[in-house]
Amino acid sequence: MRSAGEIARDVREGASSAGRELEIALSAIRARNDELNVFLYVDEAGARLAAQRVDEAVARGERTGPLAGVPVALKDNLCQRGIPTTCSSRILEGWRPPYNATVIDRLVAAGAVPVGKTNLDEFAMGSSTETSAFGPTRNPLDPTRVPGGSSGGSAAAVAADMTPLALGSDTGGSIRQPAALCGIVGVKPTYGLVSRYGLIAFASSLDQIGPLSRSVADAALLLEVIAGHDPRDSTSLPEPAPSLRDHLDDGVVGRRIGVVRELIDGADPEVVASVDRAAEVLRAAGAELVPLSIPELRLGLSAYYLIAPAEASSNLARFDGVRYGLRVDADDVAAMNEATRTAGFGAEVKRRIMLGTYALSAGYYDAYYGQALKVRTQMIEAFRRAYREVDLLLGATTPTVAFPFGSKTANPMSMYLSDVFTIPTNLAGEAAISVPFGVGEGGLPVGVQLLGPGRSEARLLAAGRVLELAEGRP
Amino acid sequence: MLRREDVAHVARLARLTLSDEELDLFTDQLAQVLEHASDVAALDLEGVEATAHPFGLVNVVRADEPQPSLDRDEVLAMAPDVEDGRFAVPRILGEDQ
Repeated sequence: MRSAGEIARDVREGASSAGRELEIALSAIRARNDELNVFLYVDEAGARLAAQRVDEAVARGERTGPLAGVPVALKDNLCQRGIPTTCSSRILEGWRPPYNATVIDRLVAAGAVPVGKTNLDEFAMGSSTETSAFGPTRNPLDPTRVPGGSSGGSAAAVAADMTPLALGSDTGGSIRQPAALCGIVGVKPTYGLVSRYGLIAFASSLDQIGPLSRSVADAALLLEVIAGHDPRDSTSLPEPAPSLRDHLDDGVVGRRIGVVRELIDGADPEVVASVDRAAEVLRAAGAELVPLSIPELRLGLSAYYLIAPAEASSNLARFDGVRYGLRVDADDVAAMNEATRTAGFGAEVKRRIMLGTYALSAGYYDAYYGQALKVRTQMIEAFRRAYREVDLLLGATTPTVAFPFGSKTANPMSMYLSDVFTIPTNLAGEAAISVPFGVGEGGLPVGVQLLGPGRSEARLLAAGRVLELAEGRP
Repeated sequence: MLRREDVAHVARLARLTLSDEELDLFTDQLAQVLEHASDVAALDLEGVEATAHPFGLVNVVRADEPQPSLDRDEVLAMAPDVEDGRFAVPRILGEDQ
């Protein structure tokens, strides 16, 4: 498979065409989508039109963008004008947004071809795609196992070679965890680096859109395109997109990298072994590896499962049957609201809404939500102290390889533990990357995670590239 | 300890109807999550400031210049019920109010 960068180059130079690249993607989707349930909607007509526009621009000798003719999969919580956008929920079934998410406008401006919408855990609440109202996605590497979540469809699209690139969103690990379980690269950018305009909100202070790709270089390419200030997102960082591709080969010479006990403890032995080997590779490449303990990270999971549901309970109040999506009729408006929400939301979404409502309710606000916000402060300060000693942190992305369907659905707490190593980055608003490195149980891929402070994407990608090269990936 | 009636109360606040079986199940499951969160609830964090948002961007406003908004017909075309260019809903007040 050619990289996204190579595809764009071929399209620009006339060695291929956007139309041809699209047909390759569509035929890969047709070959396995029934089996894997990756795409909820494939926009063949829209994609053909977008590809045609790129090819016409190339034919006229116009400048085309860095993603010219590259097919891209979109997580189905990103609004695309006129295209069904469901969040994998019955409550939005049939809804077609009247506007594009900023990231989609940027993709198209860069010459990319959006091909369709991928499956996710309902409203991005889950770590396996098993909470999707439209059935789970299967892991392309072992269809008896989950692809991870919540961006499981986007990870599977890349892992199954349906599209070279995909967009996901990461609230507590929802890009990095499925990337790890599907053996691909996933980046959770610094909070505010990528506009959230048009991303249907789950937990607004944690959500961030980011790339999933086969290689670190492709992740850098896609992230450069989608990053940068957007006046339509008031939390967007007030600065232009950083230069990432120019720093891909910076290496790690002289970098201090902390190996964090709390981001390894409790992981499967093969996962621990992969992190140890990654540390050795980085050391051999010139980095100084420092063992670290950041005890505050242990509180991340508890704080997250108070803060994220609290924000979700507020964000999801908008789904009331009045303006869009499902309406279940009733005699008066309050009964209609309740009947609609009861019929439209699945069990996990109801659980999180209730958890958040409880954490925010009179008598419990200070003990739960208020405490969690203070823990968040402590987490930010703990990371800040660590980054005075080291440049980056290293750990596992997720405690296990891809797990079998149904193995964690009966006990929500066991599912939540899948995100124990990824959550701290979201709480701190910082950046992290998951890179496939080694294999675990059943020969399934393991992801190792590199974490950095806000705006450290160039450093993270360069370090990820060192690991990728050591694994023999070009 | 989370009680069944707490969950029923929260479901009412959240505008969700739960069956008896769901009430039992959610009471168990939510109690487990809150049990896990008891480590956070038990901390002495007197004097620690709360962080609701990772970066301190405050009062971000755009220039006060008119810009086009969404097309009304396109928005209403996706609504469950529409009347005279507006969202229509069932009655809000009872007949005796």
